[in-house]
Amino acid sequence: MSAETQAPAAETSNGAVAVARAAVVSWKAPIAFGVFALLALVLFVLNPRAEAETGFRLSTGRDFIQIPDLIVPAFVTGVIVTIALFAIALWSAILVRQRRKTPLWVVIVFAVLFMVGFLAWAAAGETVPVPGLLIGTVSLSVPLIFGAMAGVISERGGVVNIAIEGQLLSGAFTSALIASVTNNPYLGLLGAAIAGLLVSFVLGAFAVKYFVDQIIVGVVLNVLVIGLTSFLYSKVLQADAATLNSPERFARIDIPVLSGIPIIGPVLFSQTIIVYVMYVAVAVIAFALFKTRWGLRLRSVGEHPTAADTVGINVAATRFWNVSLGGAIAGFGGAYFTLGSVGAFQKEMTAGMGFIALAAVIFGKWHPVKATLAALLFGFATNLKNVLGVIGSPVPSEFMLMLPYIVTVFAVAGLVGVSRAPAADGKPYIKS
Amino acid sequence: MASPFPHSRCACTRSGRRDAAPRLLVNTRTALLPPPRIGNMKLELRGITKRFGALVANDHISLTVEPGEIHCLLGENGAGKSTLMNVLYGLYQADEGEVLLDGEVQHFSGPGDAMAAGIGMVHQHFMLIPVFTVAENVMLGHEATKTGGVLDLDAAREQVREISARFGFHVDPDALVETLPVGVQQRVEIIKALSRDAKVLVFDEPTAVLTPQETDELMAIMRQLRDAGTSIVFITHKLREVREVADRITVIRLGKVVGEASPEASTTELASMMVGRAVDLSVDKEPPRLGEPVLVVDGLSVADATGQVHVDDVSFEVRAGEVLAIAGVQGNGQTELTEALLGLQPHVKGSITLDGREIVKRGVRKILDAGVGFVPEDRTEDGLVAEFTIAENLMLNRSTGEPFVRFGNLQLGFRDDFAREKTKEFDIRAQGIDSLAGRLSGGNQQKVVLARELSRDLRLLVAAQPTRGLDVGSIEFVHSRIIQTRDAGIPVIVVSTELDEVSALADRIAVMYRGKIVGIVPGDTPREVLGLMMAGETPAGAGEAA
Repeated sequence: MSAETQAPAAETSNGAVAVARAAVVSWKAPIAFGVFALLALVLFVLNPRAEAETGFRLSTGRDFIQIPDLIVPAFVTGVIVTIALFAIALWSAILVRQRRKTPLWVVIVFAVLFMVGFLAWAAAGETVPVPGLLIGTVSLSVPLIFGAMAGVISERGGVVNIAIEGQLLSGAFTSALIASVTNNPYLGLLGAAIAGLLVSFVLGAFAVKYFVDQIIVGVVLNVLVIGLTSFLYSKVLQADAATLNSPERFARIDIPVLSGIPIIGPVLFSQTIIVYVMYVAVAVIAFALFKTRWGLRLRSVGEHPTAADTVGINVAATRFWNVSLGGAIAGFGGAYFTLGSVGAFQKEMTAGMGFIALAAVIFGKWHPVKATLAALLFGFATNLKNVLGVIGSPVPSEFMLMLPYIVTVFAVAGLVGVSRAPAADGKPYIKS
Repeated sequence: MASPFPHSRCACTRSGRRDAAPRLLVNTRTALLPPPRIGNMKLELRGITKRFGALVANDHISLTVEPGEIHCLLGENGAGKSTLMNVLYGLYQADEGEVLLDGEVQHFSGPGDAMAAGIGMVHQHFMLIPVFTVAENVMLGHEATKTGGVLDLDAAREQVREISARFGFHVDPDALVETLPVGVQQRVEIIKALSRDAKVLVFDEPTAVLTPQETDELMAIMRQLRDAGTSIVFITHKLREVREVADRITVIRLGKVVGEASPEASTTELASMMVGRAVDLSVDKEPPRLGEPVLVVDGLSVADATGQVHVDDVSFEVRAGEVLAIAGVQGNGQTELTEALLGLQPHVKGSITLDGREIVKRGVRKILDAGVGFVPEDRTEDGLVAEFTIAENLMLNRSTGEPFVRFGNLQLGFRDDFAREKTKEFDIRAQGIDSLAGRLSGGNQQKVVLARELSRDLRLLVAAQPTRGLDVGSIEFVHSRIIQTRDAGIPVIVVSTELDEVSALADRIAVMYRGKIVGIVPGDTPREVLGLMMAGETPAGAGEAA
C-alpha cells in the first residue's frame, strides 16, 4: 500500500510548496519556553534561597591547569536568567507570529540558561562540581549510546528493536561471568558482544524469517533475559561471588595532552577503553550509514524493501545480519555496567536503560550522532538527579527521580520537531 | 528548502510544463542522430504457467519479443499481465515453461539474475526510495565503491548525467526523489534500468500516473529507446496508447494469450479481443435535467497537520441531476477535497453547504445522515472491512439505529434479508452473503460499496476513482449506476484520473492542479484541452460553464 501512495504524496508535497506555506504553525516552542520561564520566575525570583552564593567548581584535582571555583550571587543570577528566559520565549512567540520556526540553537541556549539558573538556585550555599556532573553524564550515557547505536542500525533496516534492554542485560551478565572466570576483561567484552548477538538472533529469526510482530518478540525477549539472568545470578553467581562475579574492571586511560584540557579533558579523555571504543563506533556508524554500500543497502531495506528486492538486494538477510550487528553492539555496551562502572553484576542492573536508548533513537531522528546527543541529554538528567541528591537540594528527591523520564517524555513528544521514521520500520517484508 | 522549486531549471518539472512542446522537438532531433546502440536481444517466453492456489494467473503463455521492437501486452485488469512480467523479472517462479534470451534458456531465482541477464523493468508503482537522491537510487544494488565499501557517488552522478544527456531527460543526479514530479521519477526508473545495460525493458502500466502530455513524452522516449536497439515490452490496458506506439500487440485474457493484433486494428476490435465480447465504450446518457444547486463549496482550503496546503481556495457548486467530474493527475488535492466533503479532514477552512446547511466541522456521522454517499478511492482500505462479511459491510454506516439496530442489538434477520436483496440487485457474485469482503474480486467489492451507499436516501454521491483497477464489465456496471443516480435527480461528484471516464460521465468537468481548480469546463471539452489544464494551464474561456 505504501508504494502505491508514495508517488502521489511526493507529488502533492512538491506542488503544495508552491501553493502556500503553512497555515498551521506550531506554538509548541513558545508555549514550552513560557512554561519554563514562569517556573524560573516562581523558583528563582519569588522563592529565593536563604544562602547568598553558589559555587561552580570547574577543575578536578588532577587537572594540568587549575581554574578557581566560580562563585556567583544566587539571587541575582536567578533574576538575570529569568529575564533572559522570558526574552527568549517572547522572541520565539514573535517568530511564530511571523510564521517562522524557532531555530534549534535557541532551544539549546534556553536549556543551558535554565540549567545555570536552576543550579545557582538549587545549590545555593554549596558548590556544584561541574566536571563531576559531566563525567557522570558520560558514564551514565555509555550504555545508552551503545543501545542507541543498536537501535539506529536495526531500525534503519526496518526492524524495531525493543530488545535493546535484554541485549544490554545479557551483555552485562556475560561479561561479568567471563571476565571473572578468565580474569581477562577483554574476553569479557567479547563474551558480552556474543551474548547480545545471540539475543538478537532470536529477534531476527522471529521478526525477519517468521514475520512475528517485532514489538511482541522484543518485549518477550526482554522478559526472558531479565528472568534468566536473575535466576542465574541468584543460583550461580551469588553462590560463589568471589570467583564468578568479581570481574577486574578496566582502568581509566589518560590520553596524553588531551586529558589535561580543563573541564573537557577529564570528561572525555580520561575514560576506559569501552568509552574510547564508543567514540570510534559512533563515528564509524555515522560515516558508514550514509557513505558506504553497507549503509545505502541497509537504509534501502528499511525505507522500501520491495524496491531493494527488485534491484537484487536480499532483504531478509540484510535485515537479519544488521539486527544481529546491532545486538552485538548493545551487548558490548552492556559490558560497561560490569566492567566499566559497577564492577559486578546485579539483578536487573540495566534498569530500563534499553528503553531510554530507544527513546534516544527516536529523539535523535534515527541519526547516529543526534541519537548520541539525545543519549547524553538523558544521561545528564540522570546524573543531575544524583549530584543534587548528594549536595542536597530544596526539590524533593522524588521529583528529582522523575527528571530523566520527564526529559524523555518531553523530548520524544516532539519538542524539537517531527521525527520521521524509516518508512518500513517495524513492517515485515513478506514476498507474495 | 532553499527554493520552492529546487529543480526549477529542469525543463521537465511541472513548473516547466510549458516547455513540453519544444522539448519534444529536441527529443526528436536527438533521435535523428544515429543513436548509440544499446544492444540487441530477443526475448522469448514459452508456455509460462503460474498458479496461485486454485487460480491460474498465467496459462501456458508464449510470447516473442524481437530486438528493437515495442511489443504491447494488452489485457484487462486481472488478466495476468503483471504476473507474467514478474515471472520474467525473477520475482515469481513459473510453475511451468521457460524464459529464453537469444535462444538460451534462463533460470532466474531473483530480480538480480534477471537484471544481470539484461532485463530491466519500470514498475507500475515506482521502485524508488523517496528519501534517496537520484544517484543513490540508480546505484543501489550495483554500487561503484572505493576502498572499504565507500560509495563512489561521483561515478554514479556521472552515469546519471550521461544517460540523462543521451536521451534528453534533464534529471539532476542530486535531487531527492520525493521532491521530483511523477513523470521525472519515471525517468529515474528508466535510467536505473539503462544503467544496468538493460537490453529488454519492461514498462508495467507506465501511464497510470501521467498527464496526457507526460504520456506523449513517454511514448517518444520509448520510440527513442527502440531505435537505439532496446526491446520494449509495454504492458497496458489503454487502447489508445497501444495503437499509437506498438509495433506488435499480444492480447491476453484470463491468463491466456488470445491472439496477436496489428497496431492498425480499430479500438473496438482491440477492445472486443481484450474483453472477449463486443464492448460499447461510450456511456448512454440523456442530457441532464438540471435542478437547484445542492452542494455549494465556497473558498474551501484543506491543510494537513504539517501545514501543507492540499486544497487551496476551491469554489464550485453541483446541481441536482448533474455529474461533476473532478479531473487531474493523481495527488493534486482530489483525495483531500473528497475527504473534506465527508468531514474526514481536520484542517479545513471555507464553507461547504448541502441543501443550504453548513456541513464543515459537523462530523462524519452527521454528514452521512444529511445524505452524502461516499465511494472512497481505496476500496480495500477505506471502503470495506476486508475481514467482515458482505452482509456486515452492507450495513457498515447504518449501525446507529433502526432498522438495523434496535435497543443496541443488531437485527440479524433484517440485515441478512437486506443483504440478500442487495446482492441480487447489484449482481454481487459471491458464495453467499457470509463471504468475506476481502475475498471478493475488485469489481464485486466495488459493487458492495455502491450497494451500501446507493441504498440510503442520498442528497449527494461522491465517487472517488470508482472504477480504478476494475474489469470492463464492472466498469460498465458502475458507470450505468452513476448515470442512474444522476437521472434520479441526485448530484454526483466523480473524481477520476482517467480522461476516458471523465469524458464518458461528466456533464461538467473541474480540473484540479496543485490544489486549485484550474477551470470548470463542459463535459464535451476535447482531451487536448483537458490535458493542458491538468498540467496547470488555464484554458481560454474557462469558467463559462461554472
